[in-house]
Amino acid sequence: MSQVLILVDSVGGQVSKSTGELATFGSRLGSVTAVVFEPALAAQLNGFSIANVVVVTGVDTSKYSPAPVAEALAQLITSKSATALLVTSSARGKEIAGMVAVISNSGLITDAIDVDADRITTQSVFGGGTTVHSAVTTPTAVITMRSNSIEVVAGSGTPTQEEFAPTISEAAKLAVVNSTEPAVKGGRPELTEASIVVSGGRGTNGDFKPIEALADVLGAAVGASRAATDAGWYPHTHQVGQTGKTVSPQLYVACGISGAIQHRAGMQTSKLIVAVNKDPEAPIFELSDFGVVGDLFNVLPVATAAITAKKA
Amino acid sequence: MKIAVCVKQVPDSWAEKKMSGQVLDRAGVDAVLNDLDEYAVEEALRIVEAHSPTKEAGEGSGHTITLISMGPERATEAIRKALSMGADNAIHISDDALAGSDALATSLVLAKVISTEGFDLVICGTESTDARMSVVPAMLAQRLGWAALTFAGSVIVEPENSKVLIARSTEFGVENMSAAFPVVVSVNEKINEPRYPSFKGIMAAKKKTITAKSLSDLGIAASAVGASAAWSSVKDSLLRPARSSGIKVEDSGDGGNQLAAFLAEKRVI
Ligand SMILES: Cc1cc2nc3c(=O)[nH]c(=O)nc-3n(C[C@H](O)[C@H](O)[C@H](O)COP(=O)(O)OP(=O)(O)OC[C@H]3O[C@@H](n4cnc5c(N)ncnc54)[C@H](O)[C@@H]3O)c2cc1C
Ligand SMILES: Nc1ncnc2c1ncn2[C@@H]1O[C@H](COP(=O)(O)O)[C@@H](O)[C@H]1O
Repeated sequence: MSQVLILVDSVGGQVSKSTGELATFGSRLGSVTAVVFEPALAAQLNGFSIANVVVVTGVDTSKYSPAPVAEALAQLITSKSATALLVTSSARGKEIAGMVAVISNSGLITDAIDVDADRITTQSVFGGGTTVHSAVTTPTAVITMRSNSIEVVAGSGTPTQEEFAPTISEAAKLAVVNSTEPAVKGGRPELTEASIVVSGGRGTNGDFKPIEALADVLGAAVGASRAATDAGWYPHTHQVGQTGKTVSPQLYVACGISGAIQHRAGMQTSKLIVAVNKDPEAPIFELSDFGVVGDLFNVLPVATAAITAKKA
Repeated sequence: MKIAVCVKQVPDSWAEKKMSGQVLDRAGVDAVLNDLDEYAVEEALRIVEAHSPTKEAGEGSGHTITLISMGPERATEAIRKALSMGADNAIHISDDALAGSDALATSLVLAKVISTEGFDLVICGTESTDARMSVVPAMLAQRLGWAALTFAGSVIVEPENSKVLIARSTEFGVENMSAAFPVVVSVNEKINEPRYPSFKGIMAAKKKTITAKSLSDLGIAASAVGASAAWSSVKDSLLRPARSSGIKVEDSGDGGNQLAAFLAEKRVI
């Protein structure tokens, strides 16, 4: 059976939700081996479609950013004769994938939303307007998968476990991490993983309270347009769009956001789009399933109260 | 310091894009300098200005900024724009055999130019707005065997120590990183505000040298690049039916309730 590697992502010692998605995609292609760089994560991998866990030892991922991870993965591809490596489509994930592709002479597909048993990938490009199917022609395909693209299928049993000590080159240790400032993580879900995202733009005029209140009744993550992050109203890590994050939630609520093409590039594949905007001509309404023309400071509190009431 | 900035010409990101057969239809839209690369050019200029006795880039600064661009003939327009911002000269790799190259081939070609010319610092944008892969800078570092300092929201260069420090911003927060020359840096769009070319800059750019290079100049076989060598191929592409706009209501006090009712109807709540 073909061997497929998936790179396990984690935040604060917890395996990310995308791991289950990678495992689900991976199991279509073959037997899934999950690769972790923190031993503590291995115990969290039961119940997925994962046959085997490789715990990589001797790599200080906190000191040297992506390069050593890429080298270790490339060596695993060789030792396992893996036909595919699946990685989450984050900035870091894409970078690791790119490096692995170079080292292992493998074809690379980024931002796939689907992959079938024949390694044919589906991508949604140009802001969601076009669907592209591609095939990788090399023995190993390196593919980064966009979060929230598949329902996680649970697996049974406990995966087998092994250790792997890669050889890390001096070149991979040239860039050194001197200190880190982890993203301040509030109680809300991670933006790219959330099934609902409520975003605010210039229309908030810097006041994100109504956005956050609505997000909290919906159990949603909070996003922002570039106008809002540039103004310093919300952290850059929350920016949705071409130069921010790409999200694909069940529901995206855009508040006080005009819907510029660069913003749409990051949210257009959301399943359901709702917009609140004062301007009836705002382009965001062109792609909204439901739009309210009105002042967000009036509409959102009413919506929040109504949802709270419905939930009670 | 010898600084290189990798710039790409792309279809205008404000325009609607579509596929033409297996590739992006580039003929139908305006081609511009990748707007994310403007930040890379600007950062190079600021680094030079911070370390120049004349406080200006260009002659007398003791540093050079060379643009490197791989792309078709008409990419010279984008190169001129970056020159008019203040870069000193450019290398333009253009060859019919390059058409359809993937990121692996692009990084192969750019790495060859960089290693042949020799630089202390290579600065890229974080992403080209057409393919949106965000992988070329990391691939370059990997091919060159150089340090990769990517997704920088700020860059400090200490030429006297041959050292570069960056604050790397990713979804996990900020990592403060450093490395010694030579280094590949990619900068995000929060790092600076790119300048508009001045009239003087535009005039000066007309006289700046753009060195054209073909694959044979670089000693790269045509069979190693281009569509035929790409390790992935597009099988087909289809236009998604345009999202039809749905219901739109005017708020007269009840808009929030209607919104909640819509979500309930869609079983989101
Ligand atoms: C290279 C590049 C990359 C970019 N990347 C991104 C990106 O990743 N993400 C991104 O978002 N943008 C990005 N942009 C910027 C993008 O072009 C827009 O400028 C930006 O999205 C606008 O943000 P906005 O919709 O919040 O602001 P605006 O366009 O100013 O829209 C504000 C909207 O709020 C409405 N409004 C005002 N007050 C209220 C109120 N009280 N109630 C309700 N509605 C109100 C207005 O009618 C208006 O439609 C990028 C641009 C470039 C050049
Ligand atoms: N053809 C090219 N010529 C020069 N630089 C490029 C080219 N393609 C990509 N780059 C550089 O690599 C960065 C990331 O591009 P990408 O990986 O294609 O998203 C860009 O912002 C450029 O700085």
